[in-house]
Amino acid sequence: MNETVLELTKIVKRFPSLTANDNVDFDLKKGEVHALLGENGAGKSTLMNIVYGIYKADSGDVKINGKKVEISSPRKAIEYGIGMIQQHFSLVPSFDVTQNVALGLKDLGIIPDLSKVKKQIIEISKKYKISVDPDAKIWQISAGEQQRVEIIKLLYVKSQIMILDEPTAILTPQEAEGLFETIREMTKNGASVIFISHKLKEVLEISDRITVLRHGKVIGSVKTSETDENELAKMMVGREVVIKIEKPPSKASGEILKVDDLHVMNDKGLEAVKGVSFDVRSGEVLGIAGVEGNGQKELSEALYGMRNYRGTVTVEGIRVKPGNVMDRIKHHVAYIPQDRKADALCGGLPIYQNLFIKAFSSPSMRFNPYFFVPERLRSPSLKFIKDYSISASSVDLEAKFLSGGNMQKVVLAREIGNNSPKLIIAVHPTRGLDVGAEEFVYNVLMDQKARGAAILLIAGDLFEIFNLSDRVAVLYEGQIIGYSQPDESHLEEIGLMMAGVKK
Amino acid sequence: MNQDIITSTLSGALRSGTPLLFATLGEILAERSGVLNLGLEGMMLMGAFTGFSVSYITGNLWLAVMAAILVGGLMASLHAFMSITLRVNQVVSGLALVFLGEGLSGFWGHGFVGMQAESFNNIKIPFLGDIPYVGTIVFDRDILVYIGYIAVPVIWWFLYKTTAGMNLRAVGESPDAADARGINVVLTRYIYTIIGGFFSGLAGAYISLAYTPMWVQDMTAGRGWIAVALVIFAIWDPVIALIGAYAFGGISVLQFSFQIIQVPIPVNIMNMFPYLFTIFVMLFASSNKIKKRFGAPSALGIPYSREEKT
Amino acid sequence: MKIRFEKREKKPSKLLIFLASLLSVLIALVFLGFIILSLGDNPLTAYWQLVSWGLGTVPGLIQSLVSMMPLLFTSLGVLIAFKMKLWNIGAEGQFQMGAFAATWGALYLFPHLTNPWFFIPLLMMLGMVAGAFWGFLPGVMRAYLGVNEILSTLMLNYVAIYWVNYLTYGPWKGPHSYNFPVTAQFPQSAIFPQYGVGGLNLGIFISIGMAFFVLYLVRYTKFGFHLNIAGDNLRVGEYAGINVKKMIILVMVMGGAISGLGGMAEMSGVLFRLQPNFSPGYGYTAVIIAWLARLDPIATIIVSFFFGVLLVGSQQLQLFMQIPSSLVNAFNGILLFSLLASEIFLHYKIKWVRS
Repeated sequence: MNETVLELTKIVKRFPSLTANDNVDFDLKKGEVHALLGENGAGKSTLMNIVYGIYKADSGDVKINGKKVEISSPRKAIEYGIGMIQQHFSLVPSFDVTQNVALGLKDLGIIPDLSKVKKQIIEISKKYKISVDPDAKIWQISAGEQQRVEIIKLLYVKSQIMILDEPTAILTPQEAEGLFETIREMTKNGASVIFISHKLKEVLEISDRITVLRHGKVIGSVKTSETDENELAKMMVGREVVIKIEKPPSKASGEILKVDDLHVMNDKGLEAVKGVSFDVRSGEVLGIAGVEGNGQKELSEALYGMRNYRGTVTVEGIRVKPGNVMDRIKHHVAYIPQDRKADALCGGLPIYQNLFIKAFSSPSMRFNPYFFVPERLRSPSLKFIKDYSISASSVDLEAKFLSGGNMQKVVLAREIGNNSPKLIIAVHPTRGLDVGAEEFVYNVLMDQKARGAAILLIAGDLFEIFNLSDRVAVLYEGQIIGYSQPDESHLEEIGLMMAGVKK
Repeated sequence: MNQDIITSTLSGALRSGTPLLFATLGEILAERSGVLNLGLEGMMLMGAFTGFSVSYITGNLWLAVMAAILVGGLMASLHAFMSITLRVNQVVSGLALVFLGEGLSGFWGHGFVGMQAESFNNIKIPFLGDIPYVGTIVFDRDILVYIGYIAVPVIWWFLYKTTAGMNLRAVGESPDAADARGINVVLTRYIYTIIGGFFSGLAGAYISLAYTPMWVQDMTAGRGWIAVALVIFAIWDPVIALIGAYAFGGISVLQFSFQIIQVPIPVNIMNMFPYLFTIFVMLFASSNKIKKRFGAPSALGIPYSREEKT
Repeated sequence: MKIRFEKREKKPSKLLIFLASLLSVLIALVFLGFIILSLGDNPLTAYWQLVSWGLGTVPGLIQSLVSMMPLLFTSLGVLIAFKMKLWNIGAEGQFQMGAFAATWGALYLFPHLTNPWFFIPLLMMLGMVAGAFWGFLPGVMRAYLGVNEILSTLMLNYVAIYWVNYLTYGPWKGPHSYNFPVTAQFPQSAIFPQYGVGGLNLGIFISIGMAFFVLYLVRYTKFGFHLNIAGDNLRVGEYAGINVKKMIILVMVMGGAISGLGGMAEMSGVLFRLQPNFSPGYGYTAVIIAWLARLDPIATIIVSFFFGVLLVGSQQLQLFMQIPSSLVNAFNGILLFSLLASEIFLHYKIKWVRS
C-alpha cells in the first residue's frame, strides 16, 4: 500500500487568461483512492488532463513508478497504464459498445476480431458485476450505462492508474453507490484511482486520501479518516461556507405557469417528454429533479418556445403558442438555459450588445427599428455591470472572453435586471460556477421569488434543489414520477424516484 | 434501333458516372475523417489538365494517370494544411481550391487546347464481355471504369471491416473519443484528405484521357460540385455512391439519347437536369434523422484542437 | 517541432486587419509571379500591364468602373448573407436571373414603353424580383429542410446559366444576330443614361449608392442588429425572439435582389442584350471581394474597384502579352488562401513547440 505509482511535482499550466495549475504536487499510491477536491474552475480537470496527455504542462515533472516520464499524448498515457474517464465521455455515438471498447486497441491487427473483444467484455462485466449490453449502440443507451462502458474500457486494458472526472454528476444516488462498489472492487485488484469531485460527501465516502485544490494551488492533503466536512469545505472555499441559503418562506399565490399534458420530441425524433402536467404559482419555486437526459432539455426548450410540443402551456391564464419565443417574452417569461455559451450569449459580440439582445423583443424596451445605433447601448449597460457586479475590463469585451460566472451574470442581468419577469425558467443555473458566483445566482433567484416571480428550477444537483425550491417534482423518462419535499430527509425517496421507482 | 439507344445510354451512364464515382468516393473518405473539401472541381480540373499534358508530352498513359493523382493529392494537402493545421474556414478554403484549380489549369492548359494525346481504349473482358446486352454495357469499357467497379467494394470493406476504417469513422464522428484512445486525429485527417485528392485527380484524368480525350478549359463542367452533392446523397456510403454516380451519369447522357429518338427537349434544358435532380435529392437527404442513423461524420468541417474545446 | 495555437485575448485592431489584408495581397502577388515565370514571362512587366491601363488612363479608369459595377452588386449580395454565416455562393445565378428578367421585360413584356422614367424602374424591379426568387429558393430549403445552401445555390447557378443559354440559343435569339446566340438590343428607353462615350452609366452610381444603403441596413437598423446576433449564434437569435427561419429567407431574398439588380444593370447599362457567358463569373469573384473587404460595405466598394482594375488588366494581358486571362482565377485562389491564413495569424498566437 506504500508504493507510489504516480507522482507529480511542481506542475504549472497557464492559459492565456489564468494560471490553472500553480506548482501543484500530487501523488498516488498503489491500491488507494485519492480524491482531488475543489470548486469548479479550481484546476482539477486541467491537472488530470496533463496526466492523461491531453494538455501539456508548462513546467513540472511526472513520475510513474518512480521513473520520470514525458506524457505527450493520450497514446503515451495509455502505454503507461493510465486510463481516464472524462466528464464528457469519449465514446463514438454510432458505434456499438464492443466497437467502442475495441477502438484504439494496439493488438487489433488489420481486421479486428470483435467477437474476441465481445467475449472479454462479457467476462469483465461478470467479474465486476457491471451490466452492459455489448451490442447496444452508444446513442441509444443512458448516460449511466455509457459510464459503465467507459469503466469497462479501462478494465479491458488493465489500466493501473484510473482517473475518474466527476463521475457521479450524471448518476442517481443509487447508481453512484453501485459505482463506488465497482471502484472498491477495482482497487482490491490492485488498481489505483484518482477521484475528481467537488462534492464533499461522496469524497468522504469513497476516498482514502484527499487533496484539495483552490485557484490552481494545492491547499492541503489529508487522510480521509482524519477529516470532516467542515474542514474540507473551509479548505475548498477558503472561508466559512454558508451552504444554507436564506430561503424566504413560500408565499405562493396566483398560478402563473400551467402545463397540461405536454409531449415533446427530442432531436432524434423520439418522444422525450411524455405527457407532463404541473403548475407553478407566483412566489414559489418548483424544483424539477432528475438524472440528466430524462427530458429536462426538451421540457425547458418547449416551455420557452424553442421547441415544438403537443399539449397546452398557459402563462397567467393565457395560452401561449408552441414554438414561439416572442409569445413568451411578451408575457414576461425569463429563461436561463442550461448551456449559456451555446444558447444565451453571442460570444463574438461585446458585452453591452449581449445585454440588449432582446432590445426589439422585450416589452419593456422601445427602440427605433429604422435608426438604431448599437453603440448607444454602452452607457445603459454600465448600470447592469454595476448592479450585477460583472467583472470585465470594458463593456466592449467580447462575451466569449468572460469567465463562466460573469457569463451567467450577463444572462441574469438581461433576463431579470430589465423587466421584472413573471416566470423564470432556470436550467442548471449554477453549473460550472464557483461558490461566489453560485451564491450570487441563488440570491438573485431568491430575491425574484420574494418579489413574486414564479420560478421553475430544473437542476441535476439535489442540494441546489433542496436549497432553493419549495416543492420538488422528479422527472424520469419524460414523466413526472412523483412529488416530494425539499429536504434531506427525503433524499432516499427522491433518489429512488430518480431511478424510476414510484412512491 | 431502340435497343441500341438503351445500350448506348446505359454504357454512357457508366462512362460519365465514373469520374463522379471517383470524386465522390474520395470525398467520402475525406468527409468521414471530418474534413469538408469543397474543392473537388479544382482538383479535378488540375487532374484533367495534368493527365492530358503528361500523356501529350510523354505518351505514357499510366504515367499521366499517376501524375494526375499526385497533383490531386498535392492540392488536397494544401487544403489539409489550411483546414487541419491552420484550422481556417473549410468552406472558403475549398472554394479557394476551386479558383486555384480553374485558374492554373486554364493558364497552363492554354497551349494544350486542340491537341491530341494518347487516351484509354475499351478492353473487352473475355467471357463476361460476351453476355448479351450486359456484356457490352458493363464489361466492354476502358480500364478506369473497371477500377471504379473494384474501388467500391474495397472502400466499403475498408470502412466497415478494418481497424483503420473504424479509426477513420471514429475520427470523423467524435475526434475527442478517438484522440483519448490514442488515435492520431491530425494524421488521420491529413491522410484521408490527401487520399480524397488522389481520387479527384484520378476523376479528372478520366475525363481528359478517356471520357472526352482532349483538353478544354473548365472541362469538368461542374462535376466536382455534383460529386460534393452526391456525397450527401450517398449518406457517406460507398455503395449508395455507386448507384448515385451512375444515375447522375445517366441523366447527363440522356440528352444525346433524347436527341436521337427526338424527344423535343432542348439540350440546354436537359443540361439542367443533373443540377435540378441534385437539389431534389438534397431535399430528402438533408434531414437530420437520416444523417444520425447512418453515422454521418458529426465533426464534419469542425477543426480539432486537443486543448481548445468549443 | 509542432505548431501550437493560442487564442489572442483581444480583438485585432482595424489597422492590423488592414495591414494583414494588404500583406495577403502582396504574398499572393509573389506566388502569382512564380506562376507567370513558369510560362517564361516577366511578372513585373505583367503586373505593370495589369494595372497601368486600368488605373493610369481615363478610358481605362472608366472601364474599371464599368467592371466594378457587377462585382460590387454581387459582392453586396453575398455580403449580407455572409453576415449571417449563410454561404450564399449563388450570386452568379441571381445575377443571371436578374439579367434574364430585365431582358424579358425590355424585349417581351413591355416592348412598347417609351418613357424611361417609368420603364427603367420597372426593369429594376423585375431584375430584383428575379434575383430575389433565386435567393428565396435556397433560403426556404435551408430554413425549413436544412438543405445546405452552398450546394443548393451552386446548383441553381448552373440552372440559371443553362436557362440563359436556352433562351439565347433558342426562342430569344435576335432577328439580326447572324445566328449568334444573342437577343435583340434593348430599346433606347430601357437603357441607363450614359455619360460620355467610355461606358460610364447610371448603374455604377446605383451600385455605389447600394453599398451605402447596405451599410445603413447592417449597421443602423433592427434588421442589422438581428443579423449580427443570428450570425454570431443562430440559437441565441431564436432565444432572443428573432424568427430565425424568416430571417434566413429574408437575408437570402435580399442578397438575391441586390445581385439580381446587378444583372439588370449589366443589361441596361453595359451590354444592352442578353448573351451566353455574359458573366465571367462575377458572382464567384464576389465571394472573395466580400471576404477581402471583411464584410464591410464601404471597403467592398474599394475592393470591387480593385478587382475591376484586375479584370480590365487581365484582358490587356491576354491582348498584349498573350497571357491567358485564367490567371486572374489563379490569383483569386491564392489570394483567398493567403487571406485565410492571415485571418488565423490575426486571431491566434502561433508558437513552435519542441515535442
